Amino acid sequence: MTATVPPPPVLQPGGRVLTAASDTAVPGRRGWLRSRTVAAVLAAVTVVAYLVFRTDGAADSSDAAAFRFFDSVRDWVDANRDTSPVFLYGLNYVRLGVRLLVDGVHAALTGLGFAGLVAAVAAIGAVLAGWRTGLLALGGFLAFGVLGLWEQSVDTLVLTVSAVLLSVLIGVPLGILAARVRWVGATLRPVLDVMQIMPTFAYLAPMTLLFLIGEPAAVIATMIYAVPATIRITALGIGEVSPTAVEAATALGSTRWQLLSKVRLPMARTTIALAVNQTIMLALSMVVITALIDAPGLGQNIVSALQRVNVGAAFDAGLAIVILAVVLDRITTNAARRTRVHRTDQQRRWRWIGVGVALVAAVLISVIKVNPEDLPGYSFAAPVNDLVGWIELHWYDATEGLKNGISAGVLDPIETVLVTTPWWLFVAAVAAFGTLISGWRAAVIAAPAAAGIAGLGLWQHSMQTLATVLVAIVLTMALGVAIGVFCARHDRLAAGIRPLLDAAQTMPSFVYLLPAVALFGASRFTAIVAAVIFAVPPVVRLVERGLRDVPPTVVEAALSAGSTPRQLLWKVQLPMARGGLLLAANQGIVMVLAMVVVGGLVGAGALGYDVAAGFSQRELFGQGLAAGLAIVLLGIVLDRLTQGFHHSKGPRR
Amino acid sequence: MIAVADLWKVFGPRADRVVGTPLAELSPGELRTRTGCLAAVRDVSFDVRPGEVFVVMGLSGSGKSTLVRCLTRLIEPTSGEISIGGESVRAMGPKRLRELRRRQVAMVFQHFGLLPHRPVLDNVAYGLEIQGMPRAERHRRATETLALVGLEGQEHQYPDQLSGGMQQRVGLARALAGDPEVLLFDEPFSALDPLIRRDMQAEVRRLHAEVGKTLVFITHDLAEALTLGDRIAVLRDGGLVQVGTPEELVGAPADSYVADFVRDVPRSDVLTLRWIMRDPAPGELCEDEPLSHRTVIRDAVHRVLRSDRPIAVVDGRERLGVIDADQLLPALISHHRQVPA
Repeated sequence: MTATVPPPPVLQPGGRVLTAASDTAVPGRRGWLRSRTVAAVLAAVTVVAYLVFRTDGAADSSDAAAFRFFDSVRDWVDANRDTSPVFLYGLNYVRLGVRLLVDGVHAALTGLGFAGLVAAVAAIGAVLAGWRTGLLALGGFLAFGVLGLWEQSVDTLVLTVSAVLLSVLIGVPLGILAARVRWVGATLRPVLDVMQIMPTFAYLAPMTLLFLIGEPAAVIATMIYAVPATIRITALGIGEVSPTAVEAATALGSTRWQLLSKVRLPMARTTIALAVNQTIMLALSMVVITALIDAPGLGQNIVSALQRVNVGAAFDAGLAIVILAVVLDRITTNAARRTRVHRTDQQRRWRWIGVGVALVAAVLISVIKVNPEDLPGYSFAAPVNDLVGWIELHWYDATEGLKNGISAGVLDPIETVLVTTPWWLFVAAVAAFGTLISGWRAAVIAAPAAAGIAGLGLWQHSMQTLATVLVAIVLTMALGVAIGVFCARHDRLAAGIRPLLDAAQTMPSFVYLLPAVALFGASRFTAIVAAVIFAVPPVVRLVERGLRDVPPTVVEAALSAGSTPRQLLWKVQLPMARGGLLLAANQGIVMVLAMVVVGGLVGAGALGYDVAAGFSQRELFGQGLAAGLAIVLLGIVLDRLTQGFHHSKGPRR
Repeated sequence: MIAVADLWKVFGPRADRVVGTPLAELSPGELRTRTGCLAAVRDVSFDVRPGEVFVVMGLSGSGKSTLVRCLTRLIEPTSGEISIGGESVRAMGPKRLRELRRRQVAMVFQHFGLLPHRPVLDNVAYGLEIQGMPRAERHRRATETLALVGLEGQEHQYPDQLSGGMQQRVGLARALAGDPEVLLFDEPFSALDPLIRRDMQAEVRRLHAEVGKTLVFITHDLAEALTLGDRIAVLRDGGLVQVGTPEELVGAPADSYVADFVRDVPRSDVLTLRWIMRDPAPGELCEDEPLSHRTVIRDAVHRVLRSDRPIAVVDGRERLGVIDADQLLPALISHHRQVPA
């Protein structure tokens, strides 16, 4: 009675749960030849059609039907917010409830006072994750005061905590249901799929429509952004519980509730702790972005500084975000790791005593009134701005050359081609190549999505965004595969880079804009650079893992047949790691899109700018909402076209 | 103790349409292509007597694990009757079924199925805990049971700190803790090393002698079946091929499948004299001391070869036949020779 064990699913940053692509079957030679021919013919047809039908690429009108429609929706909502039963009895109560939650958390955290909160976080860190983490938390939270960002940091923490509480409250039960009830899982899966490819920006506009701007909308948007990870990872953990243990407990006469509370949940607790960790990281990343819809906190500092292209001013806030991310990540990761440790009764008793002592200490300390402004302050604004100035002075030729070279040599031609493509040709091409690459199922979703982009009246901006994404993803893949291959072949290098990758994956996406802006000012190229920095780490990981997963026996066989290292790489390792590479491309493209959109804030324009402008200017609301929708559709097109890789080829299970 | 009649378990789409129709007569392969269904247990009937060790043997895929899970409805049977202690299992509601699993029938699993987040003591006490027994009481009972399986002093270890053999002792203790009438073993020792397996088999024999439970034991290992089983049921493609004592299986295989199975079993270790004795020739003189017909051949070797005359084989007072070296030697030498029934 042996069953083949499926490869374990991988937890990805962003809470994606990836079940390994089935990549063992290589398409038959004839099928491969045929699809090559078809691809060539299709490409030729597309080029000819483009040359014949190309348009002049007119700029988007600011008064498209879609915009007017969304504007009228907004007007209707504004007019009926206090009368329509949907708002009166539904959404307004949600808003009120979330407001109460946020106020409650805020009161609790600020009630502790500066000293009390620092002590409490340090105590939580020490009890849950060990004294080292406690010290880290202590230092990190003191640093908020030193940086002069205490209130903003607490605001960000309040929003994050509220959103995480909501996510866990909703996500964990849903995750359990998804794992246990077949139809719930089957219904949730496609919904979660779409939610996870939605760039952060896309969530904001609908939230402002329903919940106005401010904290409740920010918390709900954050919750929606983070909860798929909670659900997925919880479901994964519950689904992974050893069926033998469940069967044994059933055979002893456990009720369903006993099975859940005494077997499934305890056995999945490490994974659920990881789910909470991922939820926190995603929530923090989103909370920063909700500054755009007027949520308080560190994000405000970054947004205003970025809009003035003042890197130094943004740096302190960015540093505070990074510190907050590291502290929260360390506490939750180490706490998750510690759930595996077996404790004796005595150790458990000591732990409870520790908890008690820490609690009492935190309460006592909170009585001490320390004003964070009394701390010795330090700001990195001036030195960082000096550095940026120095870079501008000395590297101007190099950075400017690179920026202009890529912009004029690569980005502009692609953009021109895409913008001047008639929309129907684009849709047809998406359908045709989608079918070819990913199978008809993907094409059936991708082609209508492409048509939807055209229908929104934002053709030019969408194609500009797409061009930026394409350039960024090519750079990301080139860099990511190169580094990944290097890491897979040099263990010491890999060991050195790994902590860097780990750290990179805990950073909220906003932070990545800072170095890009510092080097290249505000431009489309800045968004590309930020997107590449943002997306390269996960690509490196996936590539390295794919290469390392090549069975050592195969490598040994190839070596004993006399392969050179280069032949080994090109003829054995890379082809066999195909699944990992394609997965990396898919991941990379989704992340790049998210970042390019955020880049709209620093001069990349196009859809990202439309969305952001929609929040600040009332008359642009319709356009902003349409742009958000266009981003979602673009995401779906790109994801379907690349995700199909590993679904269409290889054996179906 | 356990009575199973006409038990079927069919996996697949609309499984209930198979039983009692011409479809049921199809071979497994045909059934699969025609309906997409798999009959894991087909038309199985047997009785297990109180206090008996009943072994179900078959190759992997023969449906033996499914069969044993049907007994307490861990897998819901498609049709047929099961009664345990005279009560129909299939008629039980969820509550009564839980009672059955909690108090009457316990199970030991191939891959142990221990709870990794609980120390050994709480693993053993799990069954008592879910019945609502107070902590002190269940810990006392669990400690006693652990002593019974030779795991004193390991109470506070965690399962992953124990060797495979010790983990299975925990599994055994857990099953014994609720003091059930019946113990089901699903290939409990297949995952263990051969030496440890032998220890564990001895352990089961000892426990059976000490506590006298009814045991249903699933295995794919013929040697294990022969050592442990009072009676053995051979399962093939979900159907019962033969039910009998070890020597019936070895001496009188029901068909070529069973014969193939037992071909390499040393006959002299399993068969008793009954299987090889001959009728006494008229006026033949025998040794004074007769042998019981239940003597295993191997144990008779010494006496038979030493004596000049044949030895009588008796059942109490009644003389059944005689035996001498001519009968004994072929049974000792050859595993393949067809032994007359």
